[in-house]
Amino acid sequence: MSANERGQCPPHGTRPPEPSDQALRELHRVDAGDFSTAGEASASIKRVLRRMGIDPDVIRRVSVASYEVEINLVIHSFGGTMEMILDGDWLTIVSRDTGPGIEDVSLAMTEGWSTATEEVREKGFGAGMGLPNVKRNTDYFDIVSRAGVGTTMRMGFKIQ
Amino acid sequence: MTIGTIRDLLSAEVLAGEGLMELEIRSACGSDLMSDVLMFVKENTVLITGLVNPQVVRTAEMLDVSCIVFARGKRPPSDMIAMANERGIAMLATCETMYVACGLLYRGGLPGSPKRGEE
Repeated sequence: MSANERGQCPPHGTRPPEPSDQALRELHRVDAGDFSTAGEASASIKRVLRRMGIDPDVIRRVSVASYEVEINLVIHSFGGTMEMILDGDWLTIVSRDTGPGIEDVSLAMTEGWSTATEEVREKGFGAGMGLPNVKRNTDYFDIVSRAGVGTTMRMGFKIQ
Repeated sequence: MTIGTIRDLLSAEVLAGEGLMELEIRSACGSDLMSDVLMFVKENTVLITGLVNPQVVRTAEMLDVSCIVFARGKRPPSDMIAMANERGIAMLATCETMYVACGLLYRGGLPGSPKRGEE
């Protein structure tokens, strides 16, 4: 398997259409290693969805997936962003970081596989359930990563 | 089971959400591993944990967990109590161990969170 193939795995679900010019967008920065604010981006996304009267079951799936991704950014990345894009029937969250990248995405998607430190585990995370749980809660999920470059994840949720 | 009943069964002290004692709880989860909590828990759940850090409150917020119980005499700092109050989450502290606290609630009729595939 080439390094390029190891950096992705088959997408899950049907990819949402490209967002229109009318899409509502909200961009959040997530800092590496900052556990004190970890979860604020996801809480903000949750508040927006609540205000818009989105179905509570959808909000819970979005919240779990976005929080898992946000925690991953804090634990594993050099820092990154989470963008919420609300357009028509779809809510999309795109997470982008600037490294270090995942060498083997299939391994990272395996339940129980984790490279988290003891310090992270003491905080209650790093059990290797994060990415599988993200996928489970989405209607669409893809992940592309290049070691030394960074990781981009796209999560789609049908909101109607 | 109401949060008030949980308080009584566990002889717990109410740290946050004094006004939420009539709120109905449908299931319970006992864990120090927030990764697991994020896999299984639904709304109207009580989370019993020995882990004391702000991510416990944030995890509860994400899942609409209505009540957090800190077991084995652990007490969160005041900023965590404030976080729970701001988010409308009840916070209790009991001297019981996690095993006994879970047992008391189960015996009182409160079931566990659904297992995977049973949701």
